[in-house]
Amino acid sequence: MSLPLIVLFAPLVSAALIGLFTKRSGNLSALISVAAVLVTLGASIVVYQQPTPAAGAISLPWIELGAFKIDIGFTVDGLAKAMMLVVTSIGTLIHLYSLAYMADDEGKGRYFGALSLFMFSMLGIVFADNFVMMFIFWELVGVSSYLLIGHWYFRTAPPAAANKAFLANRIGDFGFMLGILLVWTATGSIQFAGIEGNLQPLIDNPTFATVAALAIFCGTLGKSAQFPLHVWLPDAMEGPTPVSALIHAATMVAAGVYMLARAFFVLEVSPDALNVIMWIGAITALMAALFATQQNDIKRILAYSTLSQLGYMVMAIGLLARDAAMFHLITHAFFKALLFLGSGAIIYACHHEQNIWKMGGLKKLFITAPMFLIGTLALMGIPFFSGHYSKDAILIAASEQNQAVYYIGLAAAFLTAFYMMRLLVVVFLGKGRTEEADHAHEVPVLMWGPLVLLAIPSVIAGYGFFMNYFVPQGEHAASSVPMVATVTAVVGALAGLALYWGRDKDPLYIEPFAKKFWFDEIYAFLIRNTQDLLARASAFLDRWVFGFGARLVGACTWGAGFVLRGFQVGNLQGYALLFGAGVVALFYFVIFK
Amino acid sequence: MLNLLIAIPIVAAVAILLGARAKSGALLAAALNLALTLWLLFRYDHGAGGFQFQTSVPLVPEWDLKYFLGVDGLSLLMLLLTAVVTLAAVWVAPKVEKREGLYYSSLLFISAGATGAFAALDLFFFYAFHELALIPTFLLIGIWGSGDRLTAAWKITIYLAVGSIVLLVGLLALYLSVPEAVRTFDIVRLHALAASGDIPQTSWIYLTLLIGFGILISLFPFHSWAPQAYASAPAPAAMLHAGVLKKFGLYGLLRVALPLMPVAAQEWTTLLLVLLAGNILFIGLATIAQKELDMTIGYSSVMHMGYIFLGIAAFNTLGLSGAALLIFSHGLSVAALFAICGALRERTGTLEYARLGGLGKPLPFLGFTFGIATFASIGLPGFGNFASEVLVFFGAFSHAGKGLDFSTFQLTTIIALWGVVISAVYMLRAYRSTFMGEVAPRWSALPDLKTCARPAIILLLAVLLVAGFRPQLFLNLVTPVVTTLTDAK
Repeated sequence: MSLPLIVLFAPLVSAALIGLFTKRSGNLSALISVAAVLVTLGASIVVYQQPTPAAGAISLPWIELGAFKIDIGFTVDGLAKAMMLVVTSIGTLIHLYSLAYMADDEGKGRYFGALSLFMFSMLGIVFADNFVMMFIFWELVGVSSYLLIGHWYFRTAPPAAANKAFLANRIGDFGFMLGILLVWTATGSIQFAGIEGNLQPLIDNPTFATVAALAIFCGTLGKSAQFPLHVWLPDAMEGPTPVSALIHAATMVAAGVYMLARAFFVLEVSPDALNVIMWIGAITALMAALFATQQNDIKRILAYSTLSQLGYMVMAIGLLARDAAMFHLITHAFFKALLFLGSGAIIYACHHEQNIWKMGGLKKLFITAPMFLIGTLALMGIPFFSGHYSKDAILIAASEQNQAVYYIGLAAAFLTAFYMMRLLVVVFLGKGRTEEADHAHEVPVLMWGPLVLLAIPSVIAGYGFFMNYFVPQGEHAASSVPMVATVTAVVGALAGLALYWGRDKDPLYIEPFAKKFWFDEIYAFLIRNTQDLLARASAFLDRWVFGFGARLVGACTWGAGFVLRGFQVGNLQGYALLFGAGVVALFYFVIFK
Repeated sequence: MLNLLIAIPIVAAVAILLGARAKSGALLAAALNLALTLWLLFRYDHGAGGFQFQTSVPLVPEWDLKYFLGVDGLSLLMLLLTAVVTLAAVWVAPKVEKREGLYYSSLLFISAGATGAFAALDLFFFYAFHELALIPTFLLIGIWGSGDRLTAAWKITIYLAVGSIVLLVGLLALYLSVPEAVRTFDIVRLHALAASGDIPQTSWIYLTLLIGFGILISLFPFHSWAPQAYASAPAPAAMLHAGVLKKFGLYGLLRVALPLMPVAAQEWTTLLLVLLAGNILFIGLATIAQKELDMTIGYSSVMHMGYIFLGIAAFNTLGLSGAALLIFSHGLSVAALFAICGALRERTGTLEYARLGGLGKPLPFLGFTFGIATFASIGLPGFGNFASEVLVFFGAFSHAGKGLDFSTFQLTTIIALWGVVISAVYMLRAYRSTFMGEVAPRWSALPDLKTCARPAIILLLAVLLVAGFRPQLFLNLVTPVVTTLTDAK
C-alpha cells in the first residue's frame, strides 16, 4: 500500500471506528484519533521526502461508465506536498491541544470522530487530481465543519451557526459544480491534467471561459468566506476553539485558495474573471479589517482577521501571484493557528469568558502571553516574522499591477496592526477587569506546548531557507514596498496603542463597523422576502390549486354517500377489493371485448 | 427461483392471516427473500447479460399472454431494493395493537406485489402485480394511519386509481397499436419488435404512459396525493411505498415506455423537463414552508423524483445509469427517514417543529441516524444519492452534445443544482428543529429506539454507504441495460 493512501485513509479509519464503536467512550476515541493523526503525520513526512510519483500512479476507481471516469486519484506535486504538511502538522498539534481543551466535554468521542473525519476530508482536497474528487472532499469538509461548529448542539446558537455555515457553502458549491460542468463541457475532461492539456476551447470562447472561471470561483466564495458569502465565518466561532484554529483559520477556509491555485490554468484564460477575483479579495480584506476594529469577542476579532487575510490571498490569485498566495496561506496557517490556540488558552484561563473588555492584565500568563505576541507580530507584518514576507509578496504584486488595490492592501495592513494592538493592550495589559481575569492561571502543558511549537514556524516560515522548502520563490527585485508596508503597520500599531492604553471601555464606537454593515440583517430580510415568501406561496398554491383536483374528487366520493354511512374499516377493505376486481374487469373488458 | 421470491411473502402472509406468529413470521419471510435476492445477484451471469432465471407459463396463447418472469441487472437492482426495504420495514414496525395479523400480511403483500412487478416480463402481470401491492397500501393507511387517516387513504386511493387507469389505457393502446400478427404481452418480444421498428411511435400513447406512470411517481402536477398519504401512513407502509412501490412507475418508464417508444419519447422531452423542474423548484420551495417533520419528508420525496426524471429525460448512459442508481439510493434514504420519523411519532405523538427540539439528547441513536440519513438525502458524498446525482447532472448537462450553446437541458440542470441548495435548507432545518437546541422538559426522558429495532435502520444506511463508496457495484448491473436503451434510440 502506498504511503499517500495511508496519509489519506488513516483518519478515515479512525472516524469510522469512533462512529461505529467507541463514540461513547471519550478517552478511547481520543486515543484512536490522536494515533491516526500521528500515523498520518509520520507518513506525510516520508511522502514529503519521497520523489513525486507519476501522475495517475496512485488511483482508486470510483465510477467508470465507458469513457466517463471518476477516480480517487492522487496528485503529490510540490503544491500538494506543502499543503499536506501544513494540514498534518497543524492538525496534529490541534489534536494534542484538544486532549486538554476538551478533556471534560461530554461529547468528546463525537468531537474526535468529527476531527478525524475533517483530517480525511481536508487531505482529500489536498491530493485531488480531478475536479469531481475535489468536489467530493470539498463537500465532506463542509460536513465535518458543520458537525464541529454544531458540536454543542444542545445550545441555541451553535446549531444556528452550523446551518448558516453549511448553507453559505452550499450556495458557493452550486456555482462550483456548475463551473465543473462548464469546464467539462468545453474541454471534455474533469482531470486537472486533462483540462490543462485542452484549454483551446476555452481560449476560443472568452465569455464562456469567464463564466466558467467565475462559477468555479463561487466555490471559493463559500469555502473561504469571501464577500458576499463571508457572513458564516464569524458565527462559526460558536464551535470549540481548537476547531476554530484548525478549520476556520488554518486549513479548511484556505482550501478555497488552494483550489484556485490548483485550477489556476483555468482562471488564467480569463483576465476578466481574474479581475473580479482580485477585487473580491481586496474588498474582503479591507471590509473584514474594518469590522475587526469594533468587535469585542476575542474569537470574532480573530475571525474577521482571518477573513481579511483570506482576502489578501484571493487578491493575490487575482493578481496572478499564485506563489505569493500560497506563501501567505502557509505562514498565515501557522500564525493564525497560534493566535486561535492562544485565544483558546486565554478563554480557558478566564473560565470561558470571551469578551476582551472583561479580561485585562493577562500578561501574567507567562507562556501564553509571549506566544500570542509572536503570533500578533507575524500577523501585523513586522519584519523578521513570517507574515511580513508573505504579505509583502502580495503587496509587491499589487503595486506592480494595480495601484488602487495596492493602497487597499496597505489600508488593510494598517487596520490589522491597529486592531491587533487594541486586542493586545486590552487583554494583556492593565489590570484584570473581572474576577475571572484576576484569577487566571497558566494553562496545562498540553495546551501551551502546541503554542510554542506553532510559534517557531510563525517566526521562521518567512525565511528563504524554510520557505523555498514549500514554495519556490523567485528573487525579489529591490522594492520599496516592504519598507512602506512596515511603516504602515508600525503606525497602525502605535495608533492602537495610543488609543487603547489604559482604557477600560472602548473609546470608539463606529456603528457601521460594529454592526458589520448590517449584512446579517440585510440577508435575513432578503431571505424572508424572497425564499420564505416563495416557499409560502408555493405551499399555498400546492394546497389550493394542485391539491384541489384531488379534493374535488374526494368530496364527490364523499357526497356520493356510499362512504358517508358510518365509514368503517370494513368498507375500505371492501372498496380496495372492489378496486382490484374493477381493474381486472376493465382489463378483461378492453382486450377481450 | 423468481417464483419462490414472490411465493414466500404470499405464503407467509396467508399463514399469518391464518394465525401464525405475525412479526417473527414476517421477519423470517423478509430475511429469506433478502437471502434469495443476494443469491440471485451472485448467480446472475454478467457476461451473458439479458433476462435470466426465466419461467414462463402460457395462459392465453391467442393473445400471447403468459405468466412470464425473468430478471436483468435493472430488475435485480429493484429486487434488491425491495428485499432490503421490506426487511427493514417489517423489522422496525412497532407493536401493533389492533389486527396485527392483517398489518403484517399487508406489508408482505406489498412486498410480494412489488417483487412480482419488477420480475414480470409480461405486460399484464407487470401491471397486475403493482395493483396487488397498492391495495394493502390503502388498507395500511386507512386502518393504522395517524392524523386524518381516512381522508389521506381516500385521496391516495382515488388518485392512484386514476393513475392506474390512465396507465392501463396507455398500455392497452400500446398493445393494440402493434400489428395484429405480432401482437404480444411479452416484454422481451416487444423489445425485439421495437428494435426492428415494428412498434408505431404514436405520440399520444407515450404521453398517456408518461402521465399514467407520472401519477404513480408523483410527477408534478400529479403529486398532491403523496405528502399527506406518507404523513398519515404508518412508518412501514410509508417506507415501502415511498421507498419501493412508487419506484414502479420509474421502473416502468425504463422497462416499458422508453425502450418501446424511444422516438415518441423525444417529442415529450421538453414537457418532461418543465414538469420535473416543477418537482424540483416548486415542490422544493413548498417543502421549505412545511411545519411538520413528516410533511417535510413527504414533500421532499416528491421533490427528489425530479432528479430521477432529469436522468431519464437526458436519455444517455450517464443520465439513465444515474437515474437507476438514484431510484435505489433514494428508496433506501427515504425509507430510513420514514422509519425514524415513525419512531419519533410513536414517542412524542407530534411531529410539529414548534413543539419539538433538542431530542438528540434523550434520543442519541435516532438523532445520529437521522443525521446520517439527512446527509444522504441532501446528496453528500459517501452515500449513493450523491454518486447518482453527479451522474444525472453530467448526463443532463452533456445532453446537447459537446457544443457550448445552452439548451433547455442545461437550464434544467442549473435549476436542479439549485434544488440541492433548497433540499439542504429544509432538511437541515428539520434536523435542527427536531434534534438540536435545548430539550423541553417533557421530552427529556423519552426512551431511545430499542436495541433490537436498530439493525433495521443500520441496514438501510449501510447499503447506502456501500452505494456511495462503491457505486460501480450497482452501476455494473444497470449500465448494460441502459446502454442497449440508448443504442436503440
